[in-house]
Amino acid sequence: MSAPHQQEPTDFTFDADSEAQIAKIVARYPEGKQASAVIPLLYVAQKQMGRLTGSAWVPRVAMDAVAVKLSMAPIRVYEVATFYFMFNTKPMGRFHLQVCGTTPCWLRGSDDVLRACKDAGHLKGYGDTSEDGLFTLSEVECLGACVNAPILQVDDDYYEDLDYDRTVKLIESLKRGERPAPGSSIGRQTSAPEGGPNTLLDIPMMAKE
Amino acid sequence: MALSDKDRIFTNLYGLHDWRLPEARRRGNWDGTAAIIAKGRDWIIEELKQSGLRGRGGAGFPTGLKWSFMPKANPDGRPSYLVVNCDESEPGTCKDRDIIRHDPHTLIEGCLLAGVGMGAHAGYIYVRGEYYNEHLVLQAAIDEAYDAGLLGKNAAGSGWDFDLYVHRGAGAYICGEETALIESLEGKKGMPRLKPPFPAAVGLYGCPTTVNNVETIAVVPEIMRRGASWFASFGRPKNSGTKVFCIQGHVNKPCNVEAEMSIPLRELIDRYAGGVRGGWDNLLAVIPGGSSTPMIPKAVCDDVLMDFDALREQRTGLGTAAVIVMDKSTDLIKAIARLAAFYKHESCGQCTPCREGMGWQKRLMDRMVEGRAEIAEIDVLESVTRQIEGHTICALADGGVWPVQGLIRHFRPMMEERIQQYHAKKNGGVMPHANQTSGVPPLAAE
Repeated sequence: MSAPHQQEPTDFTFDADSEAQIAKIVARYPEGKQASAVIPLLYVAQKQMGRLTGSAWVPRVAMDAVAVKLSMAPIRVYEVATFYFMFNTKPMGRFHLQVCGTTPCWLRGSDDVLRACKDAGHLKGYGDTSEDGLFTLSEVECLGACVNAPILQVDDDYYEDLDYDRTVKLIESLKRGERPAPGSSIGRQTSAPEGGPNTLLDIPMMAKE
Repeated sequence: MALSDKDRIFTNLYGLHDWRLPEARRRGNWDGTAAIIAKGRDWIIEELKQSGLRGRGGAGFPTGLKWSFMPKANPDGRPSYLVVNCDESEPGTCKDRDIIRHDPHTLIEGCLLAGVGMGAHAGYIYVRGEYYNEHLVLQAAIDEAYDAGLLGKNAAGSGWDFDLYVHRGAGAYICGEETALIESLEGKKGMPRLKPPFPAAVGLYGCPTTVNNVETIAVVPEIMRRGASWFASFGRPKNSGTKVFCIQGHVNKPCNVEAEMSIPLRELIDRYAGGVRGGWDNLLAVIPGGSSTPMIPKAVCDDVLMDFDALREQRTGLGTAAVIVMDKSTDLIKAIARLAAFYKHESCGQCTPCREGMGWQKRLMDRMVEGRAEIAEIDVLESVTRQIEGHTICALADGGVWPVQGLIRHFRPMMEERIQQYHAKKNGGVMPHANQTSGVPPLAAE
């Protein structure tokens, strides 16, 4: 992929979709406290970039646009955008493959998930974007779905209970433009034990109104 | 006797039923909420104290007492705020995720009761950024609660006005620390504040604020409906109630499950998670309450009870009740080194002992994984962790050194063996002196 600075856009304007979201977001905070909306607005900017360019990241001009919206000094927005890990400050592949490598996932085989991402996505390692621009690979810290480990997060979706083969299959379907349903890759009922729940089978229910 | 389904609070933990309001009501949510509120703020706090509920986010502070710190009146006109901590990021922990995506109305009703209990007319739920799909469910549940008159003006017909908002974070473990969370909610970097002042005096926007974990708030409505004595009937005194456990790692059937407090660890794993892979005797160690709690070896696991006090006696903790099971195939040194890497990654960088210490600890742990160290360095490592602990604004660094301390406490011979093996390979069995060229960089280079 070409160097990020070559792709730094020269301007950024929120589109109508984004503006509608921003109006709703800012209303959640008390008057004069609109700086609270900085994280949500950076998300709006990142999503808009993804929607319009296929690469979900926040260029500096977008941070500036957020600063103007919230009457903040630009540096305050830069600080936030670089402190939190979920804002991409460089161009990204179409799909963001985020492998959880923290101990609970590692115990359940996250090394295999990583290997599958490299093999099927043609990625050299963490931080790499594939030549076709389809995938960017990142290691993330604990995703908080540990009873369904190991996890691969693709953009906003969690794919759970993975192994090497199922990860390859997932990545191949992304290449074909398909988006498999997120969740357990072995058909588990969310966080219930494999094979079906052994609790919550007999909960008291009131009659339908 | 095992907890029966009729005593479970999270009746839709696995999402077997619809999370939406009509079905949530059939499962008992929002039943008689206004009547509970009519009993008044003092009654709610007293009932909560009697129930023995302790915070479910890790620290285990008595919830009723915490609420009682909120000011009774606001003569200077500052409003009070409820903030719910759903920045669930402690490695191993995934219980709040199930609550907000499958049982959101337990939390929303709990927020209203907490608002009354602490005199707050507004609440923010801070959801970790990665829970994108989950936060959409929670927001939709809040929207339908507004539509049904359960939130907003005269919420649930109680006469109490209460607004509730969802705020998403953006991937920073540190924001699970309550003052860092408040900073983040105000639109800043998530760096913890010095205490005092405590949030109950000066919190969100400089106003009185109480920050509670999702599970803590979500169990409140059932405690109010069924009574403090019902909740207190589970578990040992001062450790009462039911609790969602996240059982994972080398078990046959990893799962979340709501069980009674003080359940023996072995029973928890055998009854609900299909037992340890390869049988109980294949167990090596367990991290009992999320990554920050020191591991315990099998001999302790054999009969330890899962509650705050029993685990503290074993120099570990219940934490978030995330039970990470490791069988005999596990490279324990590597498992802990990976946690050291986690804490290095997540240190906010504000305090020097943490910013520098977490990186130093990770680099030395990486060498311990290889055995590329001196045996004396195990003591150096232990001593440095003691100097980091307690010397920072928040508890991140404490939580970062405890796993390493636990490893040294229980598995020092394993670390020594690794070092000996490394040197045997390099030097034909001869232990080198510290200054020999064993490939070990001098300590100053760390």
